[in-house]
Amino acid sequence: MSGLSFLTTRLETALGWGRKFSLFHYPFITACCGMEYMSAACAHFDIDRFGAGLTRFSPRQADLLLVVGTVPHKLGPVLRTVYDQMLEPKWVIAFGACAVSGGIYQNYAVVQGIDRIVPVDIYIPGCPPRPEMVLDGLLKLQDKIQHQKQDWRWARKS
Amino acid sequence: MGQEILIEAIRAKLGPAVEGIADSYGDLVLILRPEAVRSALAALREMPFDYAVLLDLTCVDFAAGQGRLELVYHLYSLSRNVRLRLKASLPAADPAVETLVGLWKNAEWLEREVFDMFGVRFEGHPYLRRLLTYEGFEGHPLRKTYPWRLGQPRLPLKDDV
Repeated sequence: MSGLSFLTTRLETALGWGRKFSLFHYPFITACCGMEYMSAACAHFDIDRFGAGLTRFSPRQADLLLVVGTVPHKLGPVLRTVYDQMLEPKWVIAFGACAVSGGIYQNYAVVQGIDRIVPVDIYIPGCPPRPEMVLDGLLKLQDKIQHQKQDWRWARKS
Repeated sequence: MGQEILIEAIRAKLGPAVEGIADSYGDLVLILRPEAVRSALAALREMPFDYAVLLDLTCVDFAAGQGRLELVYHLYSLSRNVRLRLKASLPAADPAVETLVGLWKNAEWLEREVFDMFGVRFEGHPYLRRLLTYEGFEGHPLRKTYPWRLGQPRLPLKDDV
């Protein structure tokens, strides 16, 4: 590396690189998947290795919404408000079978998949998903962030 | 108090309020007339029966066609360490029963839940409002006549599923 005195990149690539390794996540935890989230977030599996270790307990400071657990219709407006409070750019992970599709709760009370309320980037199935699957989902999200069109402030929006 | 003596004492105290007596795994079950529920439970709460704790109050919907609701009360006596279950059948069309608020404070939320889920009207309840579902929810979801997958969203959903 001593001979390397300059580096060229594209702004898009640099932005994507910066964004994918500085995901501040907001855990929207409503059910037992939260245990698996804690396991993924703590030292054994250590989500911090991938730059997503900073949990923010305010949606205004977060750019990754982790919807962990069952979302009933009663909670729907709350989830929508939390999503709307987050600043752009923002991403959403549906964590666990209930958030993905309603899971075992195919009844009057539960929203059959949170993608009916907020747009979802990554779906992590499982009841609950293993922490390895969570990390895999996170890596897939990072890949998506790196390769998506970066939304930057002075770009003209179409 | 032995079981026979207890049954005798209950029959003597409650009289025609008791429609039947059964046994469930060693615990006594009384079938009550619905209009006598409150007076019967008030009597059972006092000595010598001393069923001081209202453990649970719930409801069951039997047979969608006939539509009979059955209220179930669970009582517990701390001094004698025994349980008692009471049941009362109600018509599904307009189920109503007297409230237990005033006897037990926890009956307030238990009755609100039964009202929410089954639509049983508890007369004399100070604040009979839905407990688990939300304002604007229509129907009573644990009734057998309720379409069990019919959600009632509070905001417009993306309906591509």
